[in-house]
Amino acid sequence: MKRSGQPPYWLLFGAGGMLSALVGAMLVFLTGIAAPLGLFGADTAFTYERAAAFAHGPLGKLAVEMVIALFLWHGAHRIYHTLHDFGVRLNAFTWLACYGVALAGTVTAAVALAVI
Amino acid sequence: MSSTPETRTIAVEVLRYQPGHASTPYVERFDVPFTDDMSVLQGLQHIKDRLDGSLTFRWSCRMAICGSCGMMIDGVPRLACHTFLRDFWPGPLRIEALAHFPIERDLVVDASDFIAKLPRIKPWLEPAVPLRVSAGEHLQTPTQLSRYESFSHCINCLLCYAACPQYGLDKAFLGPGLTALLHRYNSDSRDAAKEERMELVNSEEGVWGCTAVGYCSEVCPKQVDPANAVNQNKTASALSWLVRLLPGGA
Amino acid sequence: MDGWWRRDRFFLKYMARELTAFFVAAYALVLLAGVIRLSQGREAFDGWLEGLRSGWSVGLHLVLLAVFLFHAYSWFSIMPKTMPPLVVSGRRVPAWAITTAGLACAGVASIALFLLFTGRPR
Repeated sequence: MKRSGQPPYWLLFGAGGMLSALVGAMLVFLTGIAAPLGLFGADTAFTYERAAAFAHGPLGKLAVEMVIALFLWHGAHRIYHTLHDFGVRLNAFTWLACYGVALAGTVTAAVALAVI
Repeated sequence: MSSTPETRTIAVEVLRYQPGHASTPYVERFDVPFTDDMSVLQGLQHIKDRLDGSLTFRWSCRMAICGSCGMMIDGVPRLACHTFLRDFWPGPLRIEALAHFPIERDLVVDASDFIAKLPRIKPWLEPAVPLRVSAGEHLQTPTQLSRYESFSHCINCLLCYAACPQYGLDKAFLGPGLTALLHRYNSDSRDAAKEERMELVNSEEGVWGCTAVGYCSEVCPKQVDPANAVNQNKTASALSWLVRLLPGGA
Repeated sequence: MDGWWRRDRFFLKYMARELTAFFVAAYALVLLAGVIRLSQGREAFDGWLEGLRSGWSVGLHLVLLAVFLFHAYSWFSIMPKTMPPLVVSGRRVPAWAITTAGLACAGVASIALFLLFTGRPR
């Protein structure tokens, strides 16, 4: 019997699903609604200084990389299986369209974080 | 004073398939008189006894133990003996053979795929050392029993297979019921064949075809929770994959 | 099997859950764009921030917020089926308790994140 190759994808999917279930909604609210609209005053606004300072430290880098990478792998894995649910034949192209994007995003985020 | 129960009539639409008589399935409508205490199975028996003797369906125990009378009742996999006609009045109530299985005749499906897979999960206890009957009972604590007991309640009725879209899409998938049964033996303190069964769990036909839809557990008439059995084994399979990555873990 | 997911309400709910994946990935791409802009310096990052202030972006994030809330609900709803049984003092923890505990954890984590984000810059 051929061993399934799913475990690493599923582990990333699960980690991303858990992280996004725990803090995803709040992250969306903070970065996409509260900060751009300045809901909590100028002191707490989203500025270049604050963002750069946060992404400069190793913990900040790790947090940003985890959110971007795990959310991407979570999405990729679910979309890949949903394509199958809709009767799409899975092949190298569907793999690239899902996991390939997640992999590219993970690497790009890591490279960008490295130079901040 | 005794009173006769009220009799009502429900329209029952049955998906018929009569090879030799018609090449494709067709729907036939029957008007079935029923009382509040009558199951769908009793409705089918009324049709067979009084209206059309050619109607074919499986049944045996009439009490949700034998697992023979699974069928699609208004689109949901259910045991005909465990479902009441009164809940569907005035109808029409649609009855079809279980989804995802080839139809043999009327409401009888061909379960060969399930039967062929059954021995692959080794549905028996394999003790680490052979035991003789003269050695007496093989005792277990209540805690050891509780680890597998709920999974041993499966009656092989196939409702979970009719509920599982992943089995419908890919018949190679071991599926919910057999994984629950596999898990029942793997969780038994008297068994020592877990590693052999895990090969099947870890394989492409194993647990990884599941996307945690969860409908199998909803339709199970015995609360076996096959979705939990499958997903517990995903965790186990993923952990064993991680262990293989460690030095000396292969 | 064509259109099988339209056959039952249960399947429709499952599909809604699965489709949240597109939104989770979309949000990750928004953040990825922000990180790339941040690495390119102040001007680039301010441009990204300006984009976030547009009506389109705020509207998108309101949709994302609703989808993420549904994702959290559906994630913790299926968790009693996906995790090994939890036994506390000899009794199996019921499904509703696991779901409630998961949602409570999400609430606590979200409050912590909120305080971290809105705390005065150090």
